[in-house]
Amino acid sequence: MANEVLIKVEGVRKKFCRSLKKSLWYGVKDMAAEMVGGSREHDRLRPEEFWAVQDVSFEVRRGECLGLIGQNGAGKTTLLRMLNGLIKPDHGRIEMHGRVAALIALGAGFNPVLTGRENIYVNGSVLGLTTQEIEAKLEEIIDFAEIREFIDAPVQSYSSGMQVRLGFSVATALNPDILLIDEVLAVGDFRFRWKCLERIKQLKDRGVCIVLVSHNSADLMRTCSRGLVLQKGVTQFDGEMMQAILRYEGPSSGTDGMVKPAANSERGAGASIAGIQFRVQGAASSTMKHGESVDIEVEIHSEAALPKARVVIALLHSEQGPLFHLSSYFDNQWLELKPGRNMVTLSLQAPPLQFGSYYVEATLRGPELGDIYGQARSAGALLVTEPLPNYEGFGINGVLLPARKWSIRP
Amino acid sequence: MEHLPVTIYTPASPVRNPGRLLSEMFRDLGASRELAWRLFIRDLSAQYRQTFLGYLWAFLPPLVTSLTFIYLNSQGIIRIDGGGMPYAAFALIGTLLWQIFVDAIHCPSQAIIASKSMLAKINFPREAVLLGGLYMVLFNLAIRLTLLIAVMLYWEITPGAGLLLFPVAMGGLLAAGFAVGMAISPVGVLYGDINRGLPIVTQFWMLLTPVVYPPKLHGLAGFLSTWNPLSPLITTARETLCGQPLTLLVPFMVVSVGSVVLVFLGWVSFRLAIPLLIERMGG
Repeated sequence: MANEVLIKVEGVRKKFCRSLKKSLWYGVKDMAAEMVGGSREHDRLRPEEFWAVQDVSFEVRRGECLGLIGQNGAGKTTLLRMLNGLIKPDHGRIEMHGRVAALIALGAGFNPVLTGRENIYVNGSVLGLTTQEIEAKLEEIIDFAEIREFIDAPVQSYSSGMQVRLGFSVATALNPDILLIDEVLAVGDFRFRWKCLERIKQLKDRGVCIVLVSHNSADLMRTCSRGLVLQKGVTQFDGEMMQAILRYEGPSSGTDGMVKPAANSERGAGASIAGIQFRVQGAASSTMKHGESVDIEVEIHSEAALPKARVVIALLHSEQGPLFHLSSYFDNQWLELKPGRNMVTLSLQAPPLQFGSYYVEATLRGPELGDIYGQARSAGALLVTEPLPNYEGFGINGVLLPARKWSIRP
Repeated sequence: MEHLPVTIYTPASPVRNPGRLLSEMFRDLGASRELAWRLFIRDLSAQYRQTFLGYLWAFLPPLVTSLTFIYLNSQGIIRIDGGGMPYAAFALIGTLLWQIFVDAIHCPSQAIIASKSMLAKINFPREAVLLGGLYMVLFNLAIRLTLLIAVMLYWEITPGAGLLLFPVAMGGLLAAGFAVGMAISPVGVLYGDINRGLPIVTQFWMLLTPVVYPPKLHGLAGFLSTWNPLSPLITTARETLCGQPLTLLVPFMVVSVGSVVLVFLGWVSFRLAIPLLIERMGG
């Protein structure tokens, strides 16, 4: 059965407690109930408790990779820990078929005083490898982690990146049927992360069923075919990865149009930024395709006339950070603000942007260096939805897609 | 296609399916032997790698306690009958035996707390933590026994045929320690009060037990010597070691068997408590 279901999650809920004191006391009560075989009051929230995961259901098949996305505290790690059997669900049922390897924390169980080699043995047997299996794989583990020179030095002398490398190497040396990965790839240098993604992909091709938590949409799209968006413990979306990412990074309200500024910290000269809005091909929208033109409209309220103002607009990619900062002064010298409402528009003719989400930050400044009147960030993102990226060398990926021409000469 | 093992997680208490619970317990115990050994070796070598005196630290605490009593006795500050052997030997043997019991009490909570971050992040047979702790207790016991042998050679105490029962007496003492330790560990891991209070309680308990004095027959001390469950364990262990007649054999057997039963119940409760503990104590 090539596509048998390996993970089956049905209506799973988990509650946590906000207050430490109450949490400890509930812990004692729950343990007592568990030991006499009574009910732990699973379904009811006691004072100070909340649902960290609520009615989540999904299935993952052999060779499938499910990406879990959501903001911090959305319940991703909690869900993963339940899948791994570290904590019990308060409701519902989880079925795991086959051997499970989890990378919930790299290097958990490393003893800083022992050498890398000694720790490989310890960590390997914690993860369920026998001594023979570890010995057979020792060289491979050391090579993959690229720490041969330091393997007999105590782990406390390792950098955190080196520890991550060692942990990942040991964990993936298992031959699991199911692999759970929690955001461990964020650590470690770029090259090693790439290597990890390659190994994850190999495992997937070998028929391993993978659940991956990550905040990096490129990583997710490279490895996962399907995405599940969690928000405050509730499944918001379950489906194709691209759609999941758009759902996660898109405007939270779901309505296009004027977006309220997230911050409007500094005030001066009675002028401030009231909002930032996107217009795609002339119509208010926050999604566009590559090749379309977009207007970034910055709405400014001014109490008095300001003859010498500047607006600095920054375009930021959700992961790569700022792509450019552009001052209105660079193109137009000073802007003249009238009392009341002013709309400053920056029109970008077919910006060379690829699939992804982009944010705008605008700063309103006066003639002097220190004159900062207002600053705001677009609450929602500008989404570029097409063309879709490709990670197999047949398409595009990254941030920019410049105007281009190919040629070949003998 | 090979048949894959299926694991199911539900909120229901495993107690409701005792057959499966038991088979999983013994399966995991078997699976955890190698890991427990590794964890023990890791803890042991890490423990002494950053000390100058090294393994001497295992001898020092009971040695100092005994020396205190020897001094007090030799100076006539306290007059205690050693029950037919030099008091110093009597007190030292008693203290060493008591220390083994105390080690066993501390073991489960300490083992869980020490492997907290591992328990919270990796799913491995949880029995390895307990078993590793047991190995550590046995290691300390071995060290204390060498000290005991030295004492007995020095004072020329000859054990009789009763020595054959000594391992049984040790087993009873360890079981009792583990029974107490496992009973308090689920709460002790959550509330620091337990581990703070424990040394005070064990210290007091030691003075209520004929550890540094022979069992009394009358008065409150006599009552405690009879009904304190630790009295028969300590007394019998010492008697087997010193070639004396076994005066409390029946109570010893009762307490030992009771302790073994309690250890088993403690093991069940440990298994049930771990996922709930992890949820409360975090990584």
